Amino acid sequence: MDWFSISSGALYTAFILYLIATFFFGATIKDKKTTHKGKSGTIGIALTIAGLIAQLVYFITRWIASGHAPVSNMFEFVTSFGMGLVLAFLILYFIYRITVLGLFALPIAMILIAYASMFPTEIAPLVPSLKSHWLYIHVTTVSLGNAILAVSFVSGLIFLIRQIDQTVKNKKNIWLELIIYSLFLFIGFIVISSVFNATNYEAVYGYQYNDKSYQSTYHMPPIAGPHNGEILTPGAMKPLFEAPSWMHGKDAGQKLNTIIWSIMAGTLIYGIVRLVLRKRVGAAIQPYLNKTNPDMLDEVTYRAVTIGFPVFTLGGLIFAAIWAQIAWDRFWGWDPKEVWALITWFFYAAFLHLRLSRGWHGEKSAWLAVGGFAIIMFNIIVVNLVLAGLHSYA
Amino acid sequence: MKHIKCECGHVNPEGTVLCEACGKPIEGNQHIDGNDRKKLLNMRYEGSARRSQTYNKSIIDKIWSFFSSVKVGVWLIVIALVASAIGTIYPQKMYIPADAISRDPSIFYEETYGLTGKIFYQLGFHVLYSSWWYMLLIALIGVSLVICSLDRFVPLYKALKRQKAKRHPSFLERQRLFSQTDHVTDGEKEQVIQALKKQKYKVRHEEGHILAEKGRFSRWGPYVNHIGLIIILLAALLRTSSFMYIDEYVWVREGEQTVIDGTDSQFYIENKEFILETYDENDERFAEAIKKQGAIPSNFQTNVIIYKAKEQEVPGQELELEVYDEAEIYMNHPYKFEGYTLYQAGYQLNEFTTMTFAVTDINNNEQIDQFMIDLTNPQETYELNDGFRVMISEYYPEYYMSDNGPDSRTDNTKNPAFVFAVSTPDSEGAEVSFVGDYMNTPTNFDATGENDYRVELIDAEMHNVSGLTVRRDYTLPLFGLGAAIFMIGVMQGMYWQHRRIWVNVKGDGVLLAGHTNKNWFGLKKDIEKVISDTSINQVIDQQELD
Ligand code: HEM
Repeated sequence: MDWFSISSGALYTAFILYLIATFFFGATIKDKKTTHKGKSGTIGIALTIAGLIAQLVYFITRWIASGHAPVSNMFEFVTSFGMGLVLAFLILYFIYRITVLGLFALPIAMILIAYASMFPTEIAPLVPSLKSHWLYIHVTTVSLGNAILAVSFVSGLIFLIRQIDQTVKNKKNIWLELIIYSLFLFIGFIVISSVFNATNYEAVYGYQYNDKSYQSTYHMPPIAGPHNGEILTPGAMKPLFEAPSWMHGKDAGQKLNTIIWSIMAGTLIYGIVRLVLRKRVGAAIQPYLNKTNPDMLDEVTYRAVTIGFPVFTLGGLIFAAIWAQIAWDRFWGWDPKEVWALITWFFYAAFLHLRLSRGWHGEKSAWLAVGGFAIIMFNIIVVNLVLAGLHSYA
Repeated sequence: MKHIKCECGHVNPEGTVLCEACGKPIEGNQHIDGNDRKKLLNMRYEGSARRSQTYNKSIIDKIWSFFSSVKVGVWLIVIALVASAIGTIYPQKMYIPADAISRDPSIFYEETYGLTGKIFYQLGFHVLYSSWWYMLLIALIGVSLVICSLDRFVPLYKALKRQKAKRHPSFLERQRLFSQTDHVTDGEKEQVIQALKKQKYKVRHEEGHILAEKGRFSRWGPYVNHIGLIIILLAALLRTSSFMYIDEYVWVREGEQTVIDGTDSQFYIENKEFILETYDENDERFAEAIKKQGAIPSNFQTNVIIYKAKEQEVPGQELELEVYDEAEIYMNHPYKFEGYTLYQAGYQLNEFTTMTFAVTDINNNEQIDQFMIDLTNPQETYELNDGFRVMISEYYPEYYMSDNGPDSRTDNTKNPAFVFAVSTPDSEGAEVSFVGDYMNTPTNFDATGENDYRVELIDAEMHNVSGLTVRRDYTLPLFGLGAAIFMIGVMQGMYWQHRRIWVNVKGDGVLLAGHTNKNWFGLKKDIEKVISDTSINQVIDQQELD
């Protein structure tokens, strides 16, 4: 066995362990007695720790295999974010001992890891601008900071599902349902990518962009083709429509196509779940959260931000600036990625000020925590794949 | 100034909400912190007298109150946040890609993104982060930060310094964590004191009343971090001066020597060699990635010699250079000297240095002559044998066909093209020949179709060019200092909390109250430990959720 296969196996193992741990955390909810600490909670935590260790094995062996820390492309970065989320969950678990956090944190970590695995997973060498120790220092601290902040999303989400009135349809529970639905879109992306990967679908289309010719390799049947594209693979299907001309950039048509497929798949899965449940997903989960203490969840939301904010500042702004100074001769250059790190920082600064000075507790805090997570995900996904500047990972 | 004397004897400044010494709510001022509407006291600033809440008459008072409002501060932050986001919709001017339709912003945005691009450009969003209004916004945040901090820091500091262990019962009862116990023995009180000390509380007792306190310094966290931010803003301001900050770019060809801009002609640089290395495609670790993406560069490097100009003893004396140093500059490895830093920033491979052309008689295929153009210094005319003469009428260093006819993308000699006027001894006028576009299809074009002579490329020399940025930035230490202070401040405020526990005697029993600025869960656990094994009642959390 070589290091690379060990690392892939370890990641797979971690995923399975997280999955099993989730079921044990699920069992804690049904525990009738709140007083006794419960076996399933303990087993869940043990499995989570085992999973985290497996993922560390993945990290270290992949580092050995490639000769650099595995934080240099979309797959590696998002995976390490997922790992950070598990670690951050454990930290907050050991402060507050709330098992229900795990029930939500682990699935989100699993979605992240699975999402990451849809990107190319082979080891790529480092381009010259990334060859620096600051790569590890910067990216791992940002990941960890983001991950700790993401725990506030987890507890905020649980808070909202528990607290928001589901008896009649209203603005709040529709918003909440939208958040849950957007998680399904990720699942949709994962499922549809896996399906077409398994069928080995491939079709190549050529197109013109800025007077140059490019090719896009589609791994999903083209609903949206490249703008002004032509079929290069004989017998490949003709796209149903072409990406609009204002969508620029390389592979714009292909990215749009992936989004369309993911939305279709995600919506389908969500629809099936709704049909089975016969109510909003939020409403279906709510009764199981009766025994959770909303004050405690609110405290976790805030605590996660207070722990995560300094870590994020250090990694996302200060280390980032030091590295940028060394690599690109300026510590700050208004690159989209940098701007979005600044936006994240502004956002959480606003969160802290609102909470401290204007008394935004409970529900307001929870909504803000969700918003913060949306910004973080935007920075990881949209900025990397669409706005991409110097930091382009894809 | 009007002072307010509390019944405990302490004299408080005007505008005080809770007596600095005993915490008794001062009548008539409770609306300031909203205590009149709630049972629990607002403890944010200890009910101290803040200028912004006390004086509101003169215009200065009004400005002060405006900027010291956190509401205003948050709005400023949110506006800056939204503005920053808008600036990322399309690339900023400096990130217009090199292969764009046009690098002229007035064309690029509209051509590439259509109407929304045009609007983006016309509103100036393409240079958003250096626009006056964005800078103003950041400056306002700075002003708000300073005023806000001053407004609160001084009174808060005083209030915490003047607090007494003995508190007014109405203060204790209106704390979030509170309990009353009717009978407590002296032994139990002693036990409590020991337990508090064991948990590293600083314990003060006055006439049997206990104040236990821990982590007061964390209250200064926000003020410390705001100072850090102010230093960063000041550094940014200083950076606009060219003494503090130099930013230049030099292109230097292999084998060539040139002055380093920004060094007052004190330093010169020679490019010994530019190196571009790629990863070995036989390296099995990376084989798959290289197969997919094509060659992946592993190194961009320029080996240079730095020269220093000798002092000129007589003005106008010829320039003399002495070798100062040799260096290898590559990505993530800049070269520093005398406060300047050189960075490997760009490169051009295979630019043309010289081109040699032949002029041939089309009718008998006889070569008339050859001439060489030094592209760094092209001549207007080249005299050839037998009275032939070639004039350069147009020169495009990087030729391409634009919508408006032939044009040059840049001044780099990546794809030179020429329009020559060849004048012959026997005819009056000159023949026009277009020669060039070597990167696509070499063209040798005769517009009239009647030329007798052909000009064609027979030889060329190429070179690589390195692009290096030159920086001198004396503001860096200041930015570093600001960032360090900011980090210390946030950690101080976030990772520690200011916890206080009061145990005041009342009759035979005690009133127990607790307050912390964060992490109530932790404080509750502390109190639990402190009163375990005593008959003192556990505190009740009186928080009112709204
Ligand atoms: C981007 C700019 C800013 C950042 C990063 C920042 C950061 C912080 C942080 C981290 C805290 C501590 C919060 C906590 O302990 O939960 C804080 C507190 C505070 N900030 Fe800011 N701040 C900024 C701008 C401002 C502005 C513009 C104002 C003025 C309105 C302001 C006023 C305050 C106040 C009053 C406190 C609370 C102090 C206390 O209650 O002890 N901040 N700030």
